[in-house]
Amino acid sequence: MINSSSDNVRKLNSLNRRMFITGSLKFFIMIGLVSRLFFLQVKENKKYLTLSDKNRIREWKLAPVRGEFLDYFGNIIAGNFEAYQLHIIPEQVENFRYVIYRVKDLLELSDKQFKKILKKKNEIKPWETLIVSDNLSWNKFSKINNHLYDLNGVKPVISISRNYPYKENFTHLIGYVSQANENDIETNEQIKKNFVPGLKVGKVGLEKSFENDLIGTNDIERYEVNAYGRRISQLEFQKGEKGKTIKLTIDTEIQKLTNELLKDQAGSICVMDIYTGSIIAMHSSPSFDPNLFVFGISQDDWQLIRNDPMKPLVNKTLQGNYSPGSTIKPIVALSALENGIINPNFTVKCNGKTEMYGQTYHCWKKKGHGFMNLRNAMKQSCDTYFYEIARRLGVDKLSVTAKKFGLGEKVFGDLFDIEKKGLIPNTEWKKNALGKGWLLGETIITGIGQGYIQTTPIQLCLMTAQIANGGHKIYPKIIVDEDNYDIINDKFTPLYENSKNIKIIQDAMFGSTNEVMGTSYRSRIDNPKYQFAGKTGTAQVKKITEKDRELDLKTFEIPYEDRDHALYIAFGPYKNPRYALSIIVEHGGNGSTTAAPMAKKLFKSIIDRHLLREAINNKKYLEI
Amino acid sequence: MYQHTRLTSNNLNFFYKFRNFDYILLTCILLLGFISLATMYSTDGGKILFHTKSHFTKLITFTFMMLFFSFINIKFWFSIGYFSYLIVIGLLVWTYLFGITSSGSQRWIDLYFINLQPSELMKIFIILCLAKYFHRMKLEQVNSIYTILTSLIIIILPMGLVIVQPDLGTSVLIAISGIAVLWFAGINHKYFIFTMLGFVISLPFIIAFLKPYQKLRVLTFLNPDRDPLGSGYQIIQSKIAVGSGGLFGKGFLKGTQSYLEFLPEKHTDFIFTLFSEEFGFVGSAFLLIIYAIIIYRIVAIGAQSRSYFAKIFCYSFGAAIFVYITINMSMVLGLLPIVGSPLPIMSYGGSSMLATMIGFGIVMSAKVHNQQSIA
Repeated sequence: MINSSSDNVRKLNSLNRRMFITGSLKFFIMIGLVSRLFFLQVKENKKYLTLSDKNRIREWKLAPVRGEFLDYFGNIIAGNFEAYQLHIIPEQVENFRYVIYRVKDLLELSDKQFKKILKKKNEIKPWETLIVSDNLSWNKFSKINNHLYDLNGVKPVISISRNYPYKENFTHLIGYVSQANENDIETNEQIKKNFVPGLKVGKVGLEKSFENDLIGTNDIERYEVNAYGRRISQLEFQKGEKGKTIKLTIDTEIQKLTNELLKDQAGSICVMDIYTGSIIAMHSSPSFDPNLFVFGISQDDWQLIRNDPMKPLVNKTLQGNYSPGSTIKPIVALSALENGIINPNFTVKCNGKTEMYGQTYHCWKKKGHGFMNLRNAMKQSCDTYFYEIARRLGVDKLSVTAKKFGLGEKVFGDLFDIEKKGLIPNTEWKKNALGKGWLLGETIITGIGQGYIQTTPIQLCLMTAQIANGGHKIYPKIIVDEDNYDIINDKFTPLYENSKNIKIIQDAMFGSTNEVMGTSYRSRIDNPKYQFAGKTGTAQVKKITEKDRELDLKTFEIPYEDRDHALYIAFGPYKNPRYALSIIVEHGGNGSTTAAPMAKKLFKSIIDRHLLREAINNKKYLEI
Repeated sequence: MYQHTRLTSNNLNFFYKFRNFDYILLTCILLLGFISLATMYSTDGGKILFHTKSHFTKLITFTFMMLFFSFINIKFWFSIGYFSYLIVIGLLVWTYLFGITSSGSQRWIDLYFINLQPSELMKIFIILCLAKYFHRMKLEQVNSIYTILTSLIIIILPMGLVIVQPDLGTSVLIAISGIAVLWFAGINHKYFIFTMLGFVISLPFIIAFLKPYQKLRVLTFLNPDRDPLGSGYQIIQSKIAVGSGGLFGKGFLKGTQSYLEFLPEKHTDFIFTLFSEEFGFVGSAFLLIIYAIIIYRIVAIGAQSRSYFAKIFCYSFGAAIFVYITINMSMVLGLLPIVGSPLPIMSYGGSSMLATMIGFGIVMSAKVHNQQSIA
């Protein structure tokens, strides 16, 4: 008994000792838990509060309203219109099958379209918006509205979308918008930032160049959401900003005229203010309706545009590298004068052909022009004369002058990513690019704008403008600079050595248009108000063989793709010139018969509208 | 002295027993029950729905059951020590054979009015069984090989039956309950140290034997950001909920994390997270204090008890409750890997509450009959 009781005491002592150890342990662990709680809830509270808000608040972005394009007179040339759309949020529809079949009937959807919609439905989450139709006609839209009573969960929506009221007139200049794709999102930060499903972004032209200004900012809706992303309540609505409106220097009337003139032909016309560099019109033909692309072009329409032999997708004004033909002659002549190779009285006898370095070079006039001085040679576009001065001048000196006047480099810099540089060849270029030495014969054909030399229509227009303004550098522009508007800059950089030489060229171009025997004499306007000076050009597409020469076919007898390109450059009015233009008609045959008459119509309209343009200018001055 | 003489008889009258209740413990349990009901109401989104109703019913039933148990003499509990253990073992075998499978583990027996989880009951009855086993044992015998082996078998048998369910969390808790008794019974501390060392050394091998989802839990615990939407989701969301609660909480029924369903298993294992989000550091500390008082009272009752059985049961039960709370909280606070372990009384779950209330009942019985000696 004593034994047992002493054992009991020892047992209890051990128990109490261990109880004490356990108790202390519990105490410290408890302190540990409390400090952990303190750390999370008090010390790191901010961090977790932010995380919790990030969890529960979600933003919904709405498509931003895109900025508009205006012409010089404030007409909207790329605007927004209210598109009637039909949205369905699948989870809000009780009987989706019934509703979607009802909608199919009402909208008369084809099976193909219907399948597409069902596929789209399966790809999205049930609380996301399913866009059944993005551009409904008013008829169908009102039909849906009339049947809303048994279309539970269907939402007719009026949404803002792009519209090009002048259709094909501005296509190449403005470009068009279409659904943003992966590539757009990846390459442009702004698009990435503002992206919402169905967002339309500029694909080509100015729509693409000015994407960042035009895009605007999203409306933002902030919702409280649950763990599954379902909206519980709206917390905030933040109105976005509309994109910037961009005003162009373009005159819509002239632009429309250029489109009419080039109807059914491939080619380009551009018109430029010779002092401000403002582009008055810039058109490439054939064109297409950009509205087709806004809601995704149909396969049929796309094939039609893509397979057109006249290549409507090419912006010929900027992308078209053409041999300038005789339109290069003013530069060749100017270069020869500037370099002191010839004086205006330098005379060459034209026999219709000439032999140089063992090769025969033909003048366009078989019988020959006889004795030609500079002015006459320009006027009648005598090839023999220019063969001779090109030979004396050499291609390197010629290329220096040509580049000075804006040939061989991009006119708009980085504004259009599609713009081509053209090509002004010289001996060094050939050695680097082709690894061959320059041949003298190549210099000779360069003198009449054939061979390696290539220019874009906009370059020819700039060249003409810079000759017309007395040989001063200008910087072409399409966008009206709101700050210094259309003020003519007094300080021009001269491009010439001797201003007299420019006068000589201007005068020769005057002769070419306004004097008997001039190549574009038939397109002249006698009224000094509209009188213009120009230079025709005919660029060979195919090398002319001896056989061709014998046949001497008329233009309409040659197959279309072998016909010469017709070119024309001009400026006017001759006294106090203000505008320059360049025209090219692909496979148009002859510059003087195809291109020059267009210039006549254009100058009438351009000069008539000059006062209106000035009025806008003055109004702006008054406002300031 | 007066009491001592009186209480040699086994017939204590009802009123005496009633007076001898531990009212502090009872108040704390009722308070805890009330808090758990309020929290359950919040998990139901501020409405009285299934969980609230069911929790309420169970709370009332089991509280009365606990009170009833308090009146039963501690000798009775002593006498059923082995028997109850065997019954629960039987239930575990039954579960293994005919149990209900839910979310990949076979843990429940369908008793028509309740789905019973015997592994939860084992957490209590293993203590009862071992307490009885060590009650009469002399200190010298305690450390004999035979005793140690027997007690280990008593622990390992239910553990094995629970692991195959599979339910690692509960089997670990059962083991901890059992080991607590061994510790208080006076098994040489060297054994504990060596076991610990052995465990640490064999940890890599144990991990190799873990099921893929268990391994994932360990890895996720070590770095929850490894897979924030997958296995790390629970820990991250739970920490966000607790952390965003701040000093005073977001307010009752205003816990955005739970209300917007970011919290996983908010009724059961993660109930503390919701409470903590809505009531903040102050509320959480208050809850911890209630638990601390409960544990303190359990231990105090043990200290006042005359019988060695009652002492060892109370101490071990107190330690076990403490471990359950610690493991659950460490888990939701991101200090331990996710193991399924409910927070006593607070968490939704009938079996867990039943087991805890049985435990409280026995402790209360020990208090009421604290002068009772067991031969």
